[in-house]
Amino acid sequence: MVRQTNDGSEDDECAVLLVDSEEEVRYYKNGSRIHRQQSSVNQEGCDASIQNQGNQAAGRQRPSSQTQQNREQEEEDEMLKYGAKHVIMLFVPVSLCMLLVVASISKVSYYQSSDVYLIYTPFDEDSDQAGTKLWQALANAAILISIVMVMTVFLVVLYKYRCYKFIHGWLILASLMLLFVFSLIYLQELLVAFNVPMDYFTVSFVMWNFGVGGMVAIHWKGSLKVQQAYLIIISAMAALIFIKYLPEWTYLFAVLTPHGPLKILVELAQDRNETLFPALIYSSTMIWIVSMADVDPQPKNSPATEEGSSQEPLQDTNQTGADEDAELENGGFDSNFVQRQTDYAERSQSMNSEDARAAARALRQGEGGGGGRAAPSTRPTPPTDDEDDEERGVKLGLGDFIFYSVLVGKASLYGDWTTTLACFVAILVGLCLTLILLAIFKKALPALPISIAFGLTFYFTTSYIVFPFTDICAQEQFESGILNAFVARQKHSDQA
Amino acid sequence: MVGAIGIAYGPAAALFIFTIATQPLRIIVMMSGMFFWLLSLLVSSLWWTIVPSLKEKLAFGLTFSILFQEIFRFFLYTLLSKAEAGLQKFSQTEEERRQANGSVSDTTKHEYAYVAGLGFGTMSGLFALINVLDDSGGPGTVGLRDGDSLNYLIMSAFFTMLMILLHVVWNVVFYWGLDTKRYLAPVLVVISHFIVSEMTLLKGDILYQVALPLAAINLVAMSVVAFTAAGGSIQTIIAASSCKRRQYRL
Repeated sequence: MVRQTNDGSEDDECAVLLVDSEEEVRYYKNGSRIHRQQSSVNQEGCDASIQNQGNQAAGRQRPSSQTQQNREQEEEDEMLKYGAKHVIMLFVPVSLCMLLVVASISKVSYYQSSDVYLIYTPFDEDSDQAGTKLWQALANAAILISIVMVMTVFLVVLYKYRCYKFIHGWLILASLMLLFVFSLIYLQELLVAFNVPMDYFTVSFVMWNFGVGGMVAIHWKGSLKVQQAYLIIISAMAALIFIKYLPEWTYLFAVLTPHGPLKILVELAQDRNETLFPALIYSSTMIWIVSMADVDPQPKNSPATEEGSSQEPLQDTNQTGADEDAELENGGFDSNFVQRQTDYAERSQSMNSEDARAAARALRQGEGGGGGRAAPSTRPTPPTDDEDDEERGVKLGLGDFIFYSVLVGKASLYGDWTTTLACFVAILVGLCLTLILLAIFKKALPALPISIAFGLTFYFTTSYIVFPFTDICAQEQFESGILNAFVARQKHSDQA
Repeated sequence: MVGAIGIAYGPAAALFIFTIATQPLRIIVMMSGMFFWLLSLLVSSLWWTIVPSLKEKLAFGLTFSILFQEIFRFFLYTLLSKAEAGLQKFSQTEEERRQANGSVSDTTKHEYAYVAGLGFGTMSGLFALINVLDDSGGPGTVGLRDGDSLNYLIMSAFFTMLMILLHVVWNVVFYWGLDTKRYLAPVLVVISHFIVSEMTLLKGDILYQVALPLAAINLVAMSVVAFTAAGGSIQTIIAASSCKRRQYRL
């Protein structure tokens, strides 16, 4: 039964909605009705119960379909109003993530040196010749991208054949690894960098608490702030790992080239979203739910449609799945949503077990049999769904977080704060533009291209063109002091 | 170093926290201000790289840099005025709109001029000082060599602060001039910018003796202009100090 409800969030929503209306049933007509419900698994009984008792949901949906245009207009206004807030809601975590990465890089020397590279990228790009560098970078990128592609295909196949357990297991494993192993490494290096002695007992205690807390917050439930904090930390970890283990140029190629596969993936996800699985868009891409109103579910009070669309809205800036095997590691977080949703379903199902099961089964049968009568009232159609959501929330893939941070981190590795700053501003402006475009096109957009393009532009131009200029300016303008500073820096780099 | 950071960015940070951080839209406008300053810097350094004769004498490069900054200020102005309708639409809640009927567009214009100017200034200030700050914290100390001014760091911090605030008032005056078709105001801004920036070419102690006071005087003068441009007068100051908040809405 559980597996069946796992089939898609659409089903889950319906199931939960049914549960709610079921409760109302129980309120209004005691006992007998429910028994009838239990026994009559057919579509008629179910539909009737929805349409009679599920007035709440129906009332919410029906006027919208009637005055569609008015509603759209209103929503556009609303969206503009809330849009700015959402942009900032994304700015803050992205900035925090970048800040964490930059601070770690500038303080912890472990991440500055990259002598070991990822096993996926066998060529280390240390040679001096540009030609060699180029083909090595290309080869690395090709390998990486093909791995990512294979992973993606694998994931898609898994989704297609509904091996949700397996995927969940995989994602949980990935986030487990990030939370424990990489944070351990990070903590270790942090302690080394600040020269703090700490005994193994304390470390293991801290790590255990941190890791378990993170697992609970991410995969099960936790307060929104805690969850967000963990997600930011995890993205920063992943970004640091990438900075350390990914050769610089490979990174650039990997980010710049996969626009093709990336786009395909997003489109695929969208197509699927509209036709088959509403869950796929959450699953095939990494999503971070930024503006979720409530994490703690209250299945009894809030009807399922609310749960499905309002609290956990759909507007996606996500995608990025394809980008690198970030997929593998970030993937842990999308499960978040799916997990929670199925959690709702499962929990509420176990609460009023038999009724709900019967109802859910009935509904599924009804849909399968083409009896779409219940559909308009219980389940918002995809377009309205989108609109509903767009005004309420924005999501950004964790992959985006990671790559933004990697870019800024690389810039700060260059050792010059102006480059870092320029990248930071450029990325945020790019993100802002993406969100504006999102408001215009009203569909999921990849968040990487614009931001990364801006960021890269400023990365290169600042380091190769602007910096010399400002350098000269500073030298000429405040010659005495700045020169000294550079002498000091020179000495420093000589020592190192 | 901490002191220098406080001096240079303290005022800007305070302005940001109290007037901007609470309103998402202003943050976005400020972001775009920062971005446009970045673009202007990019263009001027491109120009500097392409045209070889500029490299010999910095004054030319600086001049062009100022010009480009002002040009991009103008671009930002056109962008903002184009986006203005949209901005107003979602900048104000219903309540606010009802409260201040007619004069809304004026105040919001000044608001955005101020916010964008703060973005401009912050970015330029950050670019001017951040590497120095970084170096000053690291190994080796600024001002150890013979003949250096020991006050270098603190002086440039002061100068950065002045520049940030100057950018704010410049922006307000500039936009006001363009809005009301008083084209003298932008010209005034450009001239003032030239004076302040070219003064920094002076070297040594004279820099601090001349450039800093000059920048400060400029700041005061331009602030007065900006204040009157925004509709302020002595009465409004009195009104503001007597806590009638409604009359003093900038």
